[in-house]
Amino acid sequence: MKIKALTAIAAIMFAGSVYADENAELVVNGDLEIVTKTAAPAHLSDVMDEVMSGWRFRSEGTQAMQMDDFDNPGMIFVDQAMDAWNTAEGSEGKSCASCHGDAEDSMAGVRAVYPKWNEAAGEVRTLAMQVNDCRENKMGAEKYGYTSDQMAAMEAMLSVQSRGLPVNVAIDGPAAATWEQGKELYYTRTGQLDLSCASCHEDNYGNMIRADHLSQGQINGFPAYRLKNAKLNTVHARFKGCVRDTRAETFKPGGAEFVALELYVASRGNGLSVEGPSVRN
Amino acid sequence: MADNVKPRVKAPKKAAAGEIIVLKTLISHAMESGQRKDSDGNKIPRSIINRFTCDINGKNAVDVTLEAAISTNPYFEFSAKIEEASELKFTWYDDDGSVYEDSKSVAIG
Repeated sequence: MKIKALTAIAAIMFAGSVYADENAELVVNGDLEIVTKTAAPAHLSDVMDEVMSGWRFRSEGTQAMQMDDFDNPGMIFVDQAMDAWNTAEGSEGKSCASCHGDAEDSMAGVRAVYPKWNEAAGEVRTLAMQVNDCRENKMGAEKYGYTSDQMAAMEAMLSVQSRGLPVNVAIDGPAAATWEQGKELYYTRTGQLDLSCASCHEDNYGNMIRADHLSQGQINGFPAYRLKNAKLNTVHARFKGCVRDTRAETFKPGGAEFVALELYVASRGNGLSVEGPSVRN
Repeated sequence: MADNVKPRVKAPKKAAAGEIIVLKTLISHAMESGQRKDSDGNKIPRSIINRFTCDINGKNAVDVTLEAAISTNPYFEFSAKIEEASELKFTWYDDDGSVYEDSKSVAIG
């Protein structure tokens, strides 16, 4: 009897805690269903059965902010990027819209397949690299800083056009070598703390690292609006933060190492929905 | 006018007479506190939204004084009892004298 009562108290305490409800589902604006948990892609079958979006690891309050676009502070930046999309810049007098028209039509599904092999350039390119290629070579405008606020906003706007679609980056064919390089990086321990990405995000997701609840490190929700710095954060800025936290010299955002890592990490989330801009703590 | 300022309001289009509705407002604004210095050590002057009001059919419902500690993009959520078809007027006052407005109408039904 006593044990039962204690269990009941424990259950109440757990329900009221900051831990996320494991069975909560993400529906944005009451109608857009987001897949935040699904079967792991084939290349991960040896290490995990299910992949989960970072949304599932956040507290109820943070989760709720992402369920309504009015409450999602990341949407402010989406509005700003939509203005930038329609603003002519650079020596050619062109805006993004001059070539691509309405972003809602032309950019649907784009976020979901990046990073992607670019045949003409002979390299794997991230969405940010593609944006800057357009700015530099098509518009004659200055490039955005790789992890700048403007770039984060543009990526967020592009992500919204693919929201709800499954992440589906190609890891075979010409992208395979880059993907292997990214995988190598993912499992390489760095820094004084001697941690790899996998040490936290594969071996210990769901556990606490001091005050932080470790997620699987999925990037389907990027760019992410973080409550801690009240702005959108890009994938490479987050990678840099993680490597720094292992007390290592980090790679350069936009550099070949992080591009490869982005492709690999994105592929670990194949099947999850594009979520950006997400809300995280 | 400060950069990138855009007021936003979310209100239901319809409500039953006597219903309490939830109003959400958000204005994108840098809310520069006046406490920070730039890279040359010069003080960055304060530039914030210092007052927010909501009038329902011309009658004041909410009047808020904002101070420098309020973070960027201030968000307010409050509720109001709707007795009749109402015109809601939302006003934000900037330190630089700019006034930003938005309005919504709520029908009974």
